[in-house]
Amino acid sequence: MPSDLIHEYMRIDHLPHIWCAGCGNGTIMRDVAVALDELITDPEFALTRDQVVIVSGIGCSSRAAGYMDFNSIHTTHGRAIAFATGIKLANPRLEVIVLTGDGDASAIGGNHLIHAARRNIGLTVICFDNLIYGMTGGQYSPVTPHGDKATTAPYGNVDRPFDVAKLAEGAGASYTARGDIYHVRETIDIIKQGIKHKGFSLIDVYSTCPTYYGRKNKKGEAVDMLKWQKENLIPVSKYYTLSEQAKEGKLVIGPLHHSNYPEYSAEYAKIIEACKEAKKGK
Amino acid sequence: MTGKKQLMIEPSWCKGCGICVAFCPREALELMNGKVHLKDADSCVLCGMCEMRCPDYAIYLKNAEE
Repeated sequence: MPSDLIHEYMRIDHLPHIWCAGCGNGTIMRDVAVALDELITDPEFALTRDQVVIVSGIGCSSRAAGYMDFNSIHTTHGRAIAFATGIKLANPRLEVIVLTGDGDASAIGGNHLIHAARRNIGLTVICFDNLIYGMTGGQYSPVTPHGDKATTAPYGNVDRPFDVAKLAEGAGASYTARGDIYHVRETIDIIKQGIKHKGFSLIDVYSTCPTYYGRKNKKGEAVDMLKWQKENLIPVSKYYTLSEQAKEGKLVIGPLHHSNYPEYSAEYAKIIEACKEAKKGK
Repeated sequence: MTGKKQLMIEPSWCKGCGICVAFCPREALELMNGKVHLKDADSCVLCGMCEMRCPDYAIYLKNAEE
């Protein structure tokens, strides 16, 4: 019998999940469940469970839509954001949450990502960013760091990586943030902020893939990868107090960008209303 | 959030990654035959760090009723 939280929000007949020992995806999925639980039980936000739609694409991350006991749809590779856009426009009252991976979001679905960000449509995209394609056997993805190894980069990756959060911000996303596996509470909080935010939210969460990325790059076991996150991923409140020297090799986590640019489905509804009024006047 | 809590372990869900063991602030856990095991019940302060970090939902706190 699992915990009350898992029992309430997961399809427990599908658990334990298929992710490898030490894979961070289970932690991110729990973070999403906690964030949703806190919003559902918050009388001020008044989110209902039926309003939540979980959409995923293809990859290790995207199994999450099958495990989470909400309205959910597991779609095709890279197209989760396209499906989610359709769902949001059909019923803007819904809180549409996309669970995707770094490959699904930034390679195969890269165009959907940038255009959903450009439109600023009210989706919350949570990228399970494990720096590699796990499900298909450890090929490098657009976020695999330069020089790192993958089955398709046995001598080191020649490419420069995308920073998924910066990519989304550059394309127009009005909320971006970065989380990880170690800083659980901070990551739950940015997921909540992303869901509460009206426009397009992109939460890039560094996951751990000890099986492929870790093994290929001699990063040790899952515990070692978490210790690395603890030491090198610095919450935004602390990061900007550090000296330039202390920032060397560290990455910032927490909320990164926020603006109040108008949300797409609300703007679209205004056009519908204006057309209705114009028709009445004829 | 009141009332006494107890630590629960679901061994069939544990994949033995050792994350809970490594990050338990009281070093109360260990791996035994590849599964998490409460080594020292007296040192466990029921902080819930293990539940928060377990990627497999195999260890958690439960309200101790009945």
